[in-house]
Amino acid sequence: MNKAIALTPEAPHQVSARLAKNVHRHLSERLIEFLLFAAAAVSVLTTIGIVYVLLSESIQFFQHVSIVDFLTSTQWTPLFDDAHYGIIVLVSGTLVSSAVALAVAIPMGMVIAIYLSEFAGARVREVAKPVLELLGGIPTIVFGYFALLIVTPLLQKILPGLPGFSLLSAGLVMGIMIVPYIASLSEDAMRAVPMSLREGSYAMGATRLHTALHVVVPAAVSGLAAACILGISRAVGETMILAVAAGMQPNLTWNPMEPAATITSYIVQVALGDLPHGSIGYQTIFAAGLTLLLITLLFNILGQWLRRRFREAY
Amino acid sequence: MNHAMPTNDQAALKAEARSLSFFYGEVQALKNINMPIHDKKVTALIGPSGCGKSTYLRSFNRMHDLYPGNRYEGEIRFFPDNTNLLSPDVDPIEVRMRIGMVFQKPNPFPKSIYENVAYGLRVRGERNRRVLDDKVEQALRDAAIWNEVKDRLQDLAPNLSGGQQQRLCIARALATDPELLLFDEPTSALDPIATGAIEELVHELKKRVTILIVTHNMQQAARVSDYTAYMYLGEMIEFGKTDEIFIKPNDKRTEDYITGRMG
Repeated sequence: MNKAIALTPEAPHQVSARLAKNVHRHLSERLIEFLLFAAAAVSVLTTIGIVYVLLSESIQFFQHVSIVDFLTSTQWTPLFDDAHYGIIVLVSGTLVSSAVALAVAIPMGMVIAIYLSEFAGARVREVAKPVLELLGGIPTIVFGYFALLIVTPLLQKILPGLPGFSLLSAGLVMGIMIVPYIASLSEDAMRAVPMSLREGSYAMGATRLHTALHVVVPAAVSGLAAACILGISRAVGETMILAVAAGMQPNLTWNPMEPAATITSYIVQVALGDLPHGSIGYQTIFAAGLTLLLITLLFNILGQWLRRRFREAY
Repeated sequence: MNHAMPTNDQAALKAEARSLSFFYGEVQALKNINMPIHDKKVTALIGPSGCGKSTYLRSFNRMHDLYPGNRYEGEIRFFPDNTNLLSPDVDPIEVRMRIGMVFQKPNPFPKSIYENVAYGLRVRGERNRRVLDDKVEQALRDAAIWNEVKDRLQDLAPNLSGGQQQRLCIARALATDPELLLFDEPTSALDPIATGAIEELVHELKKRVTILIVTHNMQQAARVSDYTAYMYLGEMIEFGKTDEIFIKPNDKRTEDYITGRMG
């Protein structure tokens, strides 16, 4: 014990002397290391900054409005004289439209991914995948008007009672927008499954479909879960399609056939108006934004958990 | 008598390659192979890397059909029904239903131990729980792994050790009662103890199933096989009873390989 203590004071001096020499020799390396660190730090600091602003403005908001009201009130009328702040109204719109979108995007994305990875020939895949990814590059405002001007009238022929703005129409188009993300990521995950597993299945006399569903999909499940989580995050955070095609009136409903505002479309609506800084209406944006952040965070944590739970075991 | 001559004694044959050639695109990987596979015997394929042993083995269950641009010529006759396994009229899936395969690297599916062994049965449409249970147990016993896994059949198969995984893959292949079992260097990824267990198993299995085994290990070929074929550059140089091949090879090239002067 004594010996160890006696030794420590000298050790750091020796080490730093050796390092000092290295600093001169590797100055350029240190510089590059600093630049790389700075680049990483910018993104981390931006995130911290956003969270800080959201939190600090939300804290001011919650000094005027109790958290209990925020979570339990069934009306969202922050700009009226009789103001209510029930976030559940906006959350319902967000969840319903996301559910419609995912009901389209997850099955379609998976089917496309299975086709591209297990059935399509090399040449079909070479053409189809870039085209599919192009779909992901279309601006969402274009999707929004596509929903409003084409999909809604079409749906109204099938469902006569459908209003001009609806969560259903916006959700369907949002689903189409998300398909490329889910399909592309899922295809990558399935292609990463080693050929030896497929050969093992074919050698047992299995068909392509049986191999795809019973060997490739289970082997790729963590990647597929990650793709779906990304799809959920896109759906929850999507703004323009909903602002254009879902109507913007706050409406507590679980029925996709109705128009409703979502968290994002509310933020757009209020942000485009001219509310004075520091007013309570202005602060609702941050409370709504914080809610959105928490929802996405929740799904990200779920995604991380799924990824650990079903780690690739091949 | 140990030269590459197909015998006429078809009653004792399980399969026979006749003028078999194989092409990866333009590259010819097998050149005019003629060779009998004797029923309920172990036939070993030896030869240096790249000589076409695995290519030859994988022709039997039409694995080459999975990749585009491959072409077979000639026939592999399968007995007793005298089917040509390579005929375009024969569905590769039918072929693989009758011929099992164990790969170089253990490749258990990301499923439970039980489901791995039941896989082939489920592919064949078996749903009866009792039948599945019985056959899974029997296959695991036959593959000499039952005692190690009987209390954890629902554990994930990829969590087993390498040697256990390979025996599980053998159980998986055995569960569907194949007529011919193909082994593609089954012990190259295993330690000596696991290798010994697999070799013992091969010896035991030949009582009920015909076995064709590719191996890099000459001692292994000598230990487990009844017949040995030496391949070199896509050609079958020599085929005969294992004792004769190893003691008194006819061809200079076989002798050089076996005695370690080449390969």
